[in-house]
Amino acid sequence: MAFISRGFHGRRPSAGTKLPPGQYETTGFPVLSAGPTPRIRKDDWQLSVTTETGKRHVWDWAGLMALPADSPTVDLHCVTKWSKFGTQWQGVSLDVLLADVETSAEHVLVTSYGGYTTNVPLADLVDGKAWIAYGYEGGDLAPEHGGPARLLVPHLYLWKSAKWVSGIELRQSDVPGFWETAGYHNYGDPWREQRYQGD
Amino acid sequence: MTSVEPGGSEVNDTDAGYVDGNALAGPLSEVFAVDVTTATSRCANCGCTGPLARLRVYKHAPGLVARCQQCGSVMLRATRTRDAVWLDMSGAVSLAIPVGET
Repeated sequence: MAFISRGFHGRRPSAGTKLPPGQYETTGFPVLSAGPTPRIRKDDWQLSVTTETGKRHVWDWAGLMALPADSPTVDLHCVTKWSKFGTQWQGVSLDVLLADVETSAEHVLVTSYGGYTTNVPLADLVDGKAWIAYGYEGGDLAPEHGGPARLLVPHLYLWKSAKWVSGIELRQSDVPGFWETAGYHNYGDPWREQRYQGD
Repeated sequence: MTSVEPGGSEVNDTDAGYVDGNALAGPLSEVFAVDVTTATSRCANCGCTGPLARLRVYKHAPGLVARCQQCGSVMLRATRTRDAVWLDMSGAVSLAIPVGET
């Protein structure tokens, strides 16, 4: 038996230029999850950014909604080999959230409601490359896809786009997350097919 | 519902997104000489014990994630990379695997 859920309804694309190596296009939106789906009420939701000195910045839902929003359209690439093109999101750029955060950290450990973690270099979360996304295709982001809000880092494999995001920990040292400690690549660039450690 | 995994184990599907621990039998047979789903494990978080077959296994994921049937903590993770099986059992205090008497 394969350990990996390969996704659903896959087919080979007619034009493969947008497709990283080893991927196939899907028009569905497969739900992958390592545990039960947390149901977080917007009234209870919080996102914290914690610096390497311990300083904590916290946004509640109203605070997040008060920030300027982007509407990125991006392609998604899951390490289980499906890719989905042209997904439309609404969310707040990490550049906005981190604008007033003083840090010299280079590493980030992202934490989620439900206990999931993943690590990303800080450089990959800034300069218009990442969002805290709360809207998908014109509606609220559904809980099974990470709602009320998830990280969206579309240039890396989708396991880096932590669902149900709750914390951004800025760190001096790199700490591997949930899948990174279980054989998956520390960085996860789909265009270099960095699926597993050693790739 | 009940389905049969490749390898012959019966797996009970639920509507909650997980299946029971029998789903571990096929993948782990690649590295274990015995059927570990009959082994008794102890959860490192809540201390409850039971057969691996009773764990809640989330398999629509980059690997298999088996959670304690009592407290939901991750007890075991198994992923298959190109050339290795990665097994994390840090969420289990112990695993008692039935073998023949000496």
